[in-house]
Amino acid sequence: MIQTATIDAGPGHTESPGLWVLAWRRFRHDSVGLVSLYVAAFFLALMAASAAGLIASDWGKEVGVSHAPPGFMGPGTTVTPTQRAAMSSASPEVSRGKERDDSGIVDPLADVLVQIRAKAPPGSVDTDVADPLADVLAEIRGQSGSAAAAEARAPTLIFGGDKWGRDVLKKTIKGTETSMSVGLAAAALAALLGTVFGALAGYYGRWVDDVFNWFYSVFTSIPYLLLILSIAAVLNQKGTMTVILILGLTGWTGIFRLIRAEYMKHKVREYVQAADAIGASNTRRMFVHILPNVSHVVLVQLSLHVVLFIKSEVVLSFLGFGVGVDTVSWGSMLNEAQSELLLGNWWQLAAATIAMAMLVTAFGLLTDALRDALDPKLK
Amino acid sequence: MLAYVLRRLWQIAPTLLGVVLLVFFLFNWVGGDPAYLLAGKISNPEQIENIRRQLGVDQPIYVQLWIFITQIATGDFGVSWATNEKVSEIFASRLGPSLTVLVPLLLVDTLLAIAAAMLVAYWRGSLTDRLVMIGCTVGQSISILVYIIAFQYVLAYQLGWFPVQGWSESFTENLFKFSLLPIIVGVLVSLAPDTRLYRSFFLDEINQEYVRTARAKGMSETRVMWVHVLRNASIPIITNVMIQLPGLLAGAFLIERFFSIPGIGREVLLAVERSDFPVIKAVTIYVAIATMIINLLADLMYKVVDPRVQLK
Repeated sequence: MIQTATIDAGPGHTESPGLWVLAWRRFRHDSVGLVSLYVAAFFLALMAASAAGLIASDWGKEVGVSHAPPGFMGPGTTVTPTQRAAMSSASPEVSRGKERDDSGIVDPLADVLVQIRAKAPPGSVDTDVADPLADVLAEIRGQSGSAAAAEARAPTLIFGGDKWGRDVLKKTIKGTETSMSVGLAAAALAALLGTVFGALAGYYGRWVDDVFNWFYSVFTSIPYLLLILSIAAVLNQKGTMTVILILGLTGWTGIFRLIRAEYMKHKVREYVQAADAIGASNTRRMFVHILPNVSHVVLVQLSLHVVLFIKSEVVLSFLGFGVGVDTVSWGSMLNEAQSELLLGNWWQLAAATIAMAMLVTAFGLLTDALRDALDPKLK
Repeated sequence: MLAYVLRRLWQIAPTLLGVVLLVFFLFNWVGGDPAYLLAGKISNPEQIENIRRQLGVDQPIYVQLWIFITQIATGDFGVSWATNEKVSEIFASRLGPSLTVLVPLLLVDTLLAIAAAMLVAYWRGSLTDRLVMIGCTVGQSISILVYIIAFQYVLAYQLGWFPVQGWSESFTENLFKFSLLPIIVGVLVSLAPDTRLYRSFFLDEINQEYVRTARAKGMSETRVMWVHVLRNASIPIITNVMIQLPGLLAGAFLIERFFSIPGIGREVLLAVERSDFPVIKAVTIYVAIATMIINLLADLMYKVVDPRVQLK
């Protein structure tokens, strides 16, 4: 590969291909890497579309019956409309306390009215006691009637429904958005911290290096998940932003170590001395001259950490220390799936598992391919 | 040797101080006033003042830090906020169950991973190698949560081969009845990444000159692999096993929670849920100390395995 590149940049050419052009040429021949790139790009597009509200924005709508089976298993043969009605009246959480059924709306004054009418002496003017709630009830009945018509619940959904009859496919897409955005943002934060710290420690050396190394050894002597859990316990507030901060602020150590080593290697090279000779400042030498030469390490680490953080986010959300209750993530889906499995409803578990496995595998293979393409000396 | 150990112990001091400061900072400053957490809903200013005095949070910050350091030194972290049990007693009673699951788990996993990695490294590039590697990659991509949920459901709940969860007083019953499924799940989860890692360690060694020499001398393949290659690949393997140890102690919380094993991991989760700060503080500090000591032990073990290693 390198040889062809040097031939390309032979006497006739003035410009030789840079690192990224060469890497892309190598990457293009890696079919596994390309496929995983496409899969990762697909998930990214899914995330972007979901974040923009183009798809799955109505994931919280209860479109199907409770625990609706997936469509490919055939219509829910066991759930007839009468059973469904019985089910929805039997389990209050299905309708979340709101009576949607026409028959379910009872005039709270009916009994009282009957009594009053019975007590009234025949022939008296009071016989016709008007129901004071009549207008309100009519309104409610009308509303619920139209609502029931509009919200005819599907017996099956494409990939099944959850306890409240929400579409599992849409939940999975929304969960992809949450888990991926947490993974990407946390990885970006960790990469930023790790790169800046590593650059400072590796470039300046001496006491700066000692200070950052001290930070490093403090953070790494507490097991990763234990550190995350203690911070989660202390912050005691759930939310996507909290998870991103926890993961990003604790996860920079690995990147720091690698970048520091790279900077120590690069700072004595000729091109940095040349930059010094033309009067480039320390900051400029660090981030304009050296950084592009170590950026491939950052990229590989970024991709590696996305996977790591997605896995951590799933565990945190599963345990209830992660994203908020009104946000759906793969972790919270797995949490629901645990009790659903006891009823034999496997689809939510399968959906979250498959989505996560696909993304994690794709990112893992992409990392390997990136590493091979960017560092041909390896292997 | 002794001088080396002493110097390493001395080097631990600043790191330990850092961990103490980090934990102190987290729980006393970021965490807010613990008195409000403790008093809960029925708080009136008087009670809060009382609790503050009991905890010592009305003292200046350096006094609080000193209280914390004496707590670490004496191992007396007071009582749990949630159960009023002494923190030291909580640990004493939770360590046993954790070790009952974790020691066999680590042993079985390490032995299986070494055997599997050696096999695939020996047949490098073959169909077996590629299939095992693909299996490991896919297996690794599935969350540990899914493994636990699926195995508990199928093997314990549906087939009834194992108890779904539980723990008893008798050690043998715990080990051979209640710990079996947790160990199997744990081994399965850690086998894939370990096999991949150890395979790369073996591959580094397998092409070395000394392997060719050993073969030229007419040694059997078994001896070449299990004696010569394994011994040389053992340094990174030891490092990996040792690195896993402290994390495993606190990190097996998912397994302990699902299978209701009254171990340290489950205790940590409960403490986080109940904002039981003394317990979390104690776990974090002691696990950090354990990590540093284990790292030192790992370095000492290199010397045992490879006499060429210079401890300086």
